[in-house]
Amino acid sequence: MKKITLIMALLLTAGMSMQAISDSVSSLRGGNDIDNDSTTTPAKKYNKDGEPIARDYVQQPPLIPHKITNYRINLKSNKCMSCHSWADYREAGATKISQTHFESRDKHVLANVSARRYFCTQCHVPQVDAKPLVENEFTPITAISGQQ
Amino acid sequence: MSNKNSKECNDMILCRIWQVLKKPSVTYSLGTLLVVGFISGVLFWGGFNTAMEMTNNEDFCISCHEMEDNVYQEYKQTIHYSNRTGVRATCPDCHVPKEWNHKVVRKIQASNELLHKALGTIDTREKFEGKRLQLASNVWKAMKKTDSRECRNCHNFEYMDFGEQGRRAVKAHSEGLDAGKTCIDCHKGIAHELPDMHDVDPGSSIGDI
Ligand code: HEC
Ligand code: HEC
Ligand code: HEC
Ligand code: HEC
Ligand code: HEC
Repeated sequence: MKKITLIMALLLTAGMSMQAISDSVSSLRGGNDIDNDSTTTPAKKYNKDGEPIARDYVQQPPLIPHKITNYRINLKSNKCMSCHSWADYREAGATKISQTHFESRDKHVLANVSARRYFCTQCHVPQVDAKPLVENEFTPITAISGQQ
Repeated sequence: MSNKNSKECNDMILCRIWQVLKKPSVTYSLGTLLVVGFISGVLFWGGFNTAMEMTNNEDFCISCHEMEDNVYQEYKQTIHYSNRTGVRATCPDCHVPKEWNHKVVRKIQASNELLHKALGTIDTREKFEGKRLQLASNVWKAMKKTDSRECRNCHNFEYMDFGEQGRRAVKAHSEGLDAGKTCIDCHKGIAHELPDMHDVDPGSSIGDI
């Protein structure tokens, strides 16, 4: 009988402390009850087409300075390449795709874009006008920024 | 009926009917005939145009699964289905000319499409994809020939505000159109997924790897 009371008491305290923990944790939707509407932040809009965005370091994948809504990339076609390929960049006035993108994993240079560079938006992303979440004091080297 | 004529006709039934039709009416006045002719003309004409209109809306276009399962699903992701202002472009807006004479020609061509519907030429996704380059090329060719007439029914270049357009659009529109290009040269795939583009623009598709 004593044993059972002890176990019961233990379970009770465990249950209560669990309750305390779950009260202090706030999930991504905040402390809202499940049947309340959560507060939504308005969706950010992508910037309009602009000039190329300055790079911060040499190896950085350049940011996309234009809208890419509805640009499809699949095995049949790649919308980005219709402007950035060597065949099309002049007419489109676009930056020609980097030569490094023709290299396979084993450093073989291929005749067309390498499969590991085919899905452009893995690395290149368009921008929204948003405040940085944390302070960032990074400054590019002078060879890039041109400023002492 | 003169004896001479019926003798020539003998037993040929079509010939007999023609003889009757040729004979001037004795029972009906010219006025009645004109009125009846006019009314049935209106009815026929109205019916014809109604049939054209009934087959000229989105519901009809996607009433067969070939269209509903393939192009329609893709089109639903694009700007002409859902956008800021809620103005839509439906299938016939882009695929059927507005002018009456061009419209009739397109509708007659559509009978070929009905034949292939019956044959099941594109009745699976795989078959559809297999034929897609050919289907798309037909549309491109037609639009090239008409200087993208159907696009221009809604988009009038004269009234585009370059101040509102994006940087790339302004550049392409001011240079490209002067160089003799038309909308479809630059806006392929505006409403559907593209076919395998390897043969059209080898730079924009990975091809066989
Ligand atoms: C309609 C043509 C077109 C398409 C399609 C297109 N781009 Fe561009 N892109 C341009 C042009 C033109 C520029 C140069 C910006 C300028 O000068 O206005 C550019 C610039 C860029 C840059 C910046 C290059 C630099 O030097 O900073 C990147 C990165 C880029 N695009 C990536 C992409 C990706 C990824 C896609 C596909 C999702 C894409 N682009 C689709 C025309 C296009
Ligand atoms: C795995 C990441 C990755 C993928 C995928 C990728 N890129 Fe890049 N891209 C980079 C990096 C890193 C650079 C900068 C260094 C360099 O040139 O390699 C770059 C540079 C570029 C540049 C600028 C070239 C220059 O001369 O300055 C263009 C344009 C570009 N990429 C377009 C594309 C397009 C179009 C695709 C899709 C077909 C693509 N990239 C896919 C990482 C990537
Ligand atoms: C029934 C009228 C209509 C027809 C026909 C039509 N469009 Fe559109 N188009 C629109 C509307 C409406 C919009 C969306 C405007 C908005 O709200 O931004 C639009 C938007 C566009 C855009 C902007 C895409 C973007 O992402 O901003 C392009 C490009 C375009 N149309 C090209 C075409 C081409 C090419 C054709 C011919 C194949 C065509 N349109 C036929 C009505 C039409
Ligand atoms: C020489 C190539 C070219 C031709 C020809 C062309 N366009 Fe464009 N158009 C572009 C480019 C590039 C863009 C911007 C990139 C994008 O929207 O993908 C654009 C953007 C647009 C937009 C969106 C504008 C914006 O900034 O919101 C519309 C609408 C449009 N085109 C309609 C048309 C119509 C209609 C025609 C035929 C009268 C036409 N275009 C002919 C290249 C062209
Ligand atoms: C904004 C104009 C536009 C609208 C709206 C539109 N189409 Fe198209 N359609 C095109 C163009 C342009 C092509 C040529 C291929 C391409 O560039 O994608 C095409 C091609 C096709 C093809 C040939 C196969 C292919 O994918 O290339 C079929 C079938 C088709 N459309 C059916 C439809 C149906 C059904 C609808 C309505 C659900 C529709 N289209 C709405 C412009 C349009």
